[in-house]
Amino acid sequence: MLEGLTAKIQAAMKKLRGKGKLSEADVKIALREVRLALLEADVSYKVVKDFIARVQNRAVGQEVMQSLTPGQHVIKIVHEELTHLMGKVVSKLEPAPRPPTVLVIVGLQGSGKTTTCAKLARYLRQKGRSPLLVAADIYRPAAIKQLQVLGGKIQVPVFDMGEKHNPLDIAKGAVKHALSQGNDYVLIDTAGRLHVDEGLMGELIQLKKDLKPHYILLVVDAMTGQDAITVAKAFQEKLTLSGLILTKLDGDTRGGAALSARAVTGCPIKFVGVGEKLDALEPFHPERMASRILGMGDVLTLIERAQESIDIKSAMELENRLKSHDFNLGDFMEQLEQVQKMGPIDQILGMLPGIGGMKKLRGLAVDDKQLERTKAIITSMTPEERHYPNIINANRKRRIARGSGTKVQDVNRLLKQFEQSKRLLRQYSQPGKGGKTANFPFLKM
Amino acid sequence: MLDNLLAQLSFRLKKTKTGLVNKIESLISGSSGLDESFFADMEEILIMADVGVEASLGFVESIRKKVQIGEIQSGKELIEQLKKQIEESLTFENSGPIGIANIPSVILVVGVNGVGKTTSIAKLANKLKEKRKRVLLAAADTFRAAAIDQLKAWAHRLHIDIISHRPNSDPAAVVFDALQALRARRLDVLIVDTAGRLHTKANLMAELEKIQRIIKREYPEALLEILLVLDATTGQNALAQARVFQKALDLTGLILTKLDGTAKGGIIIPISQELGIPVKYIGLGEDIGDLQEFSPSTFVTALFANADS
Repeated sequence: MLEGLTAKIQAAMKKLRGKGKLSEADVKIALREVRLALLEADVSYKVVKDFIARVQNRAVGQEVMQSLTPGQHVIKIVHEELTHLMGKVVSKLEPAPRPPTVLVIVGLQGSGKTTTCAKLARYLRQKGRSPLLVAADIYRPAAIKQLQVLGGKIQVPVFDMGEKHNPLDIAKGAVKHALSQGNDYVLIDTAGRLHVDEGLMGELIQLKKDLKPHYILLVVDAMTGQDAITVAKAFQEKLTLSGLILTKLDGDTRGGAALSARAVTGCPIKFVGVGEKLDALEPFHPERMASRILGMGDVLTLIERAQESIDIKSAMELENRLKSHDFNLGDFMEQLEQVQKMGPIDQILGMLPGIGGMKKLRGLAVDDKQLERTKAIITSMTPEERHYPNIINANRKRRIARGSGTKVQDVNRLLKQFEQSKRLLRQYSQPGKGGKTANFPFLKM
Repeated sequence: MLDNLLAQLSFRLKKTKTGLVNKIESLISGSSGLDESFFADMEEILIMADVGVEASLGFVESIRKKVQIGEIQSGKELIEQLKKQIEESLTFENSGPIGIANIPSVILVVGVNGVGKTTSIAKLANKLKEKRKRVLLAAADTFRAAAIDQLKAWAHRLHIDIISHRPNSDPAAVVFDALQALRARRLDVLIVDTAGRLHTKANLMAELEKIQRIIKREYPEALLEILLVLDATTGQNALAQARVFQKALDLTGLILTKLDGTAKGGIIIPISQELGIPVKYIGLGEDIGDLQEFSPSTFVTALFANADS
């Protein structure tokens, strides 16, 4: 996510780490680099200026001079101020006292409103709610169809009145519909609009006045540059937003727009979009994001994801089999599937502390298709072969390769890797011999 | 603390609503002359236009040197110099309109999600149609929900032909069919719409390489233009996008969209400096006619124009 910024600040902070004592000049040099890093990360010039000034005020002088490790202290201050700037609480979408809870999703063209709507609906559905999606983008060709297709995928109903009615009537109709159908959340997808478009902004102001939605959420593209501050401010002034959603954080953008939009609106960032798939939406955790920027890794998110996707029971079974040295290719595949459920591998790697900052790994494309290929090879084996890989002779290898659409070399490679993994896992299951850095055998493919 | 910060921010925002020209003029008329605070202001304005730290500091340093050796003496000269330097970095020989050659052209349009590829294609198709070119569209965004319908709606409005397959089919196959149709129907221009993809997704970039390969193989005599669409509101990440797309494809030009907002689109300056790709068109709104040929001098004037005028 924000590895780029992390790397920059880490480079700046390294100069501080080496020294026992810290002069005012040192702080200035370090903060100058932090400033450049933040600017390169697209944080608004204004926000950066205030941020640097505040950190400098705190860092230079008593506070740092008296502390034992001045470098750590500066990192702490930068971290605290970053967290502070991004908001304090973990945000949620509390239901309104009287259902349905009405949410209006607004933003510029192409920021990802429609996809975000569908992701929110999926998120609410998973929490046991009954959301209704509303297609109120009557301007962009096929926008309604897009929401219908997405709604179909996540099995959430989509309300529309075609392109002939105005968004306010559609929204009102939708709320009525939700009341009669028992939907407790109404998510209104609006057309993308420029913050300087008086006509279309007026339409939203009217919608807010008449409909009185419980939430107005602004979708902000994480790749936005210096303009983020202008856009967010305009939407905030005209609509009084209740929150922000940051999209497209799965790219390599440093995401400075998050800081800018948050600072200028004072609104919490409620969610972040981390991919095109409809489950790629995460609640925003300011603390974690700040830790991430400072290179402390996003271990908490990783753990949470692992908990969501790994079936505890099957994990226990696996552990038992490992202990009994009865780990076979079927288990190997299960293990791969568990990892896959946690999300694309490059994302998982980015969350591990240390790895995010490793130059070699950055830009390394881990292809999820490799996993699929591996699975194809294993599923082309007979149960007996999976259990006793030793019986796989040349003839069997040719058959497996044909069955999985791969080559014999691929089958050989997999078998070798499996043997390695098995050895490795045995080391871990034997007390006293483990403790090495975790190894991901499937990454070597 | 946050309230305090917000108050400061809103105050500063009002303050910056004066363009660079006004600012320089007011600085010159003041007693301070061309001092350090002036260079800092220049840096601020360039960075706030998304020109980027490195490129901005580059311009500031070069101007500073010229002031030091006495080559620049007045504020007016200074603005002219700065404008000239930026304009030069945006000027290329191979700029100018596309799709107007007398041989068939294939225009492949690529970019990350949400930059305005499909809308730009509709505008470009309309422009070429006005020049009496017979245009064919290929709906090779088979991934995003209803993307094919969106392009079809445009084709219908503009009365032009479109080749499309079912959603989630192989985009390369759509392109293959469209190339056959371009040849068989003896049309002038094929414009290919592709799915938005973040440049960091290696497999999706490989898919584009395949499409490029197919065009070159199936219709080698056609004039191939590959246009990267960039959103003017995008910050420094646009440079990363351009780098990766250029590495994968033989980009011939850029389209800069959404310049009708408040974003200045200054990121094309470092892109032009580093990669040497000309901007061909700019997008200025939602209407079908809102696509203009790029003019470096107009762009530079707008870059320094008053933000609230």
